[in-house]
Amino acid sequence: MPESFILIPGRTSRQGTTLNEGKLKGEYLRETNTVLMNPDDCRRLGLKGGERVRLRSAYGEAEALVEPAKPGELPSGVLFIAYGDTSSRLMGADTHGTGMPDSKGLDVTLEIPPSVLQ
Amino acid sequence: MNETKEVKIVENATCTFCGCVCDDMVLKVEGNRIVEAKNACVLGKAWFLNHHIEDRPVALIDGKPASLDAAVERAARILTEARYPVVYGLSDTTCEAQRIAVAIADRIGACVDTTTSVCHGPSGMAFQGVGEVTCSLGEVKNRADLVIFWGSNPAESHPRHMTRYSTMPKGLFVPRGRKDRTVVLVDVRRTKSAPAADIFLQIKPRKDFEALWALRALVKGVRLDDGIEAETGIPLAQLQDLAQRMKSCKFGVLFFGMGLSMTRGKHLNVEAALALARDLNEHTKFYIKPMRGHGNVTGADNVVSWQTGYPFGVSLARGFPRFNPGEFTTADTLARGEADAALIVASDPMANFSQPAREHLARIPYVVLDPKETPTVGHAAVAFTTATYGINTGGTVYRMDDVPLPLRPAFPSPYPSDEEVLRRIEEAIRRFQNN
Repeated sequence: MPESFILIPGRTSRQGTTLNEGKLKGEYLRETNTVLMNPDDCRRLGLKGGERVRLRSAYGEAEALVEPAKPGELPSGVLFIAYGDTSSRLMGADTHGTGMPDSKGLDVTLEIPPSVLQ
Repeated sequence: MNETKEVKIVENATCTFCGCVCDDMVLKVEGNRIVEAKNACVLGKAWFLNHHIEDRPVALIDGKPASLDAAVERAARILTEARYPVVYGLSDTTCEAQRIAVAIADRIGACVDTTTSVCHGPSGMAFQGVGEVTCSLGEVKNRADLVIFWGSNPAESHPRHMTRYSTMPKGLFVPRGRKDRTVVLVDVRRTKSAPAADIFLQIKPRKDFEALWALRALVKGVRLDDGIEAETGIPLAQLQDLAQRMKSCKFGVLFFGMGLSMTRGKHLNVEAALALARDLNEHTKFYIKPMRGHGNVTGADNVVSWQTGYPFGVSLARGFPRFNPGEFTTADTLARGEADAALIVASDPMANFSQPAREHLARIPYVVLDPKETPTVGHAAVAFTTATYGINTGGTVYRMDDVPLPLRPAFPSPYPSDEEVLRRIEEAIRRFQNN
């Protein structure tokens, strides 16, 4: 059963430093493809970290690794990901007359492949 | 054979990685590498120390190595023949290059737009609606006793902002530095900036407008009930306390990030913040500034404004500038399938734009200038490898508080600068048009 979350893409130090090593390099790709989740939500969903999950929005979908956030960092029901290809895939094209697509606070569902839970 | 590399020190170099553009770098350069970057933050160190001259062709046409001359001709041809071209990017290059890019847009009747439109573009719209009570970072350093960060995580995005400009430095009217200031952070996440704040307010996602409007009400003396906590996630008492601190400080400043401009509501969120800062000037001195991301995105706003009258999202198709975010902004002209060619300078829309925009960009011929290999370079009809601004080329950039600063390059590059490539494309376009 897909779980609903609000996804906040944003900047991280690691995204900024690995960007300089190259956007096509592994470290940058991993940083921008890892979604952080409230540790209580992780426990509830049986996730320990390092699992691959599927995120869907009304506009697109993407796979990402999931990691528990530090306690207190993220409220339950909120996910965080560093800006990059994965977050762009979940973003809609409509800018509502501003030039800026909704790029933060995205409604997404998270689906855990059955193989992960076995 | 041991080759002795020339070692030199570059004093007061400027880091162009983020909008802080710290101009107190001391770079130790050995040959074609920077081996030390004194005063640089973690992002600045990564920017300088990872920079090296890559072994890439100066230009690619349809993915194949080409001469600079051939690439200039092909780029000019694509842009001249286009019926709805766009010129986009510009925030990671010098003002001198930005100027020529706008001239090209004018010559070919393009929409000129910068990465501002997908970072603080809504803030630009809000400035036009409300106005900006503005100040320099120097004034903040010397005077601010209340510093608020809203929807911004400077510890990770602008690591020296706090230490160099806003919270830590000792100033003329805040002689004890951090001890003379109150620092407040408002964010959805308890970010790495939270430990640096005296007060952290964790707001519910997408409730910035409501919280800012509540603060406006409290500043004006309007009574609110406890229901505001259920709406915003922030207890009424904390909002009242913040409103009181804002009214009673001597010099307050609110730095806002893309937590406001990228979240639903966008320019309305920023308008609420600007209006709050404006209202506070009935009680004290209060200022507001956006936290700008790219090294010269503020320069892009300035250059496009001084050349067209508007900061981004400008169409020059009719021979005079028209400004309309949503119509002439690149995220829209691509996603709607309108643009038929593009000139992209120092940005990576193929990684950052929505899927429909990216798919359309992949279908049209476009020209890209970038020092590094990116997804946008990979799909370009013509790609130029250019020198990195600030490291290999001089020029002018604007700090996030609209203060222009000179660049002091560390060592030359075998690749041409953005300015040089753009100048040559402009000359070729002029030649085609005259024939």
